[in-house]
Amino acid sequence: MDLLSEYFQSYLTALETYDVVAALWVNIQLTFWAFLCALALGTVLALMRISPVPSFQWAGAAYVNIFRNTPLTIIMTFCILVLVFQLQLNLSDDFDFNFFLWAIVGLSVYHAAFFCEAIRSGVNTVPLGQAEAARAIGLSFLPAARYVVLPQAFRGAIAPMGNTLIALAKNTTVATVASVPEAAGLMKTMIEFRPDVIMAIFATFALGFVVIVIPIGLLTTWLSKKLAVAR
Amino acid sequence: MTSDTPHSQPVPAASGAPAPAAREGAGQPLVQLKDVNKHFGDLHVLRNINLEVRKGEVVVVIGPSGSGKSTLCRAINRLETIDDGEILIDGTRLPSEGKQLARLRADVGMVFQSFNLFAHKSILENVTLGPVKVKGTKPAAAKELAMSLLKRVGVDNQAGKLPAQLSGGQQQRVAIARALAMKPKVMLFDEPTSALDPEMINEVLDTMVGLAKEGMTMIVVTHEMGFARKAADRVIFMADGQIVEQATPEEFFTNPKSERARDFLGKILNH
Repeated sequence: MDLLSEYFQSYLTALETYDVVAALWVNIQLTFWAFLCALALGTVLALMRISPVPSFQWAGAAYVNIFRNTPLTIIMTFCILVLVFQLQLNLSDDFDFNFFLWAIVGLSVYHAAFFCEAIRSGVNTVPLGQAEAARAIGLSFLPAARYVVLPQAFRGAIAPMGNTLIALAKNTTVATVASVPEAAGLMKTMIEFRPDVIMAIFATFALGFVVIVIPIGLLTTWLSKKLAVAR
Repeated sequence: MTSDTPHSQPVPAASGAPAPAAREGAGQPLVQLKDVNKHFGDLHVLRNINLEVRKGEVVVVIGPSGSGKSTLCRAINRLETIDDGEILIDGTRLPSEGKQLARLRADVGMVFQSFNLFAHKSILENVTLGPVKVKGTKPAAAKELAMSLLKRVGVDNQAGKLPAQLSGGQQQRVAIARALAMKPKVMLFDEPTSALDPEMINEVLDTMVGLAKEGMTMIVVTHEMGFARKAADRVIFMADGQIVEQATPEEFFTNPKSERARDFLGKILNH
């Protein structure tokens, strides 16, 4: 019993030294901003892939196949080592904020490919007749997509988009290679300096991500039921 | 497709048979198809179609399934592309792509077999979307127009509902109102009653008869011979991608000239 309370005491001192919640908050921020950017980019890519213009279709498909099939770590490392260090492309004058922004860029360009495909799977749930009816009342491609096809496609794509968002939330840990002070980086530091409570440290971060991710799953399941299109 | 009409054979009746006199007040050709051909792979689905529909005319297209009548209907607003020939709407050649095509399509109302109401929008929004987004009508004016059209087709009390909450017959009448909201020059009906339960067919046909009486130019692909007799100025009989025969309903139903038409009518009228 003494041993257990001693372990717990050591664990508490570790939590006092390192701010786990602040690190997880960085992951949440990365998730949020990268989600918005990736969703926007993914929507544009999906539009390109379903557009009647062959060169747009080709470009959209090329993007998806390049970024979907490249490891995120490589994209992130490329952003930092090549774009920032070699080419001196800075998004902000603030040293840390610059890396934070580049981490969002890396996460966004990678997950946009997945959001594109999720949206495209949603487009496939929309019967062809919907687009034909839109064209028949005189809507051209973009207005037909905006007012008729995409609103239904998004509703049909909530579940796969939720999966992508969950993957994104967990993939924010890769931002550690961009020197962003997020959870995985902090975990590595903590393990290095406090190996005595290594099990508790692992459990803490695992739990932290479970707490972040479970609401996303619950929310998307609820939304996909609530917003389902009645046919 | 049967093999008794080889591809090389010239079209027999399409241009040969004189079009019957249209009813009074009918004007210049509004829809013109000239030597239109279309293939689906090896299938020659439209063969040298020549057709003129005058303003105010109601043309009913009938024929066995696979005869190309739906494709013909869809080609007129370019939901199907054609391989060669030309289609003119009110003297303007149907453009192949882009905004010009969209503008011309707005002048051609289309009613589909499966209604195709926008599933995520209310009945009212279904009817106002076109006027607001295509024509730039003010929302208030579009709503007023939509309500008057919904009233005319008898579903104004359902305006706030979603399409899935309506019966098939009601949905199809909304689809007619949606097309009318664009104030089209011509209305295309692609088997508008084929997906309906029998007891709902008449409510849709009555709406269409009403439209015809008001002088709307209509091209109707249908199996409803009663509608053809009641409202059509001209019946076009298609088989194997060709216009085989065209005549007034009276003449066509009592005295069909071609063997194919006699055969077809024998099958559908004696059951």
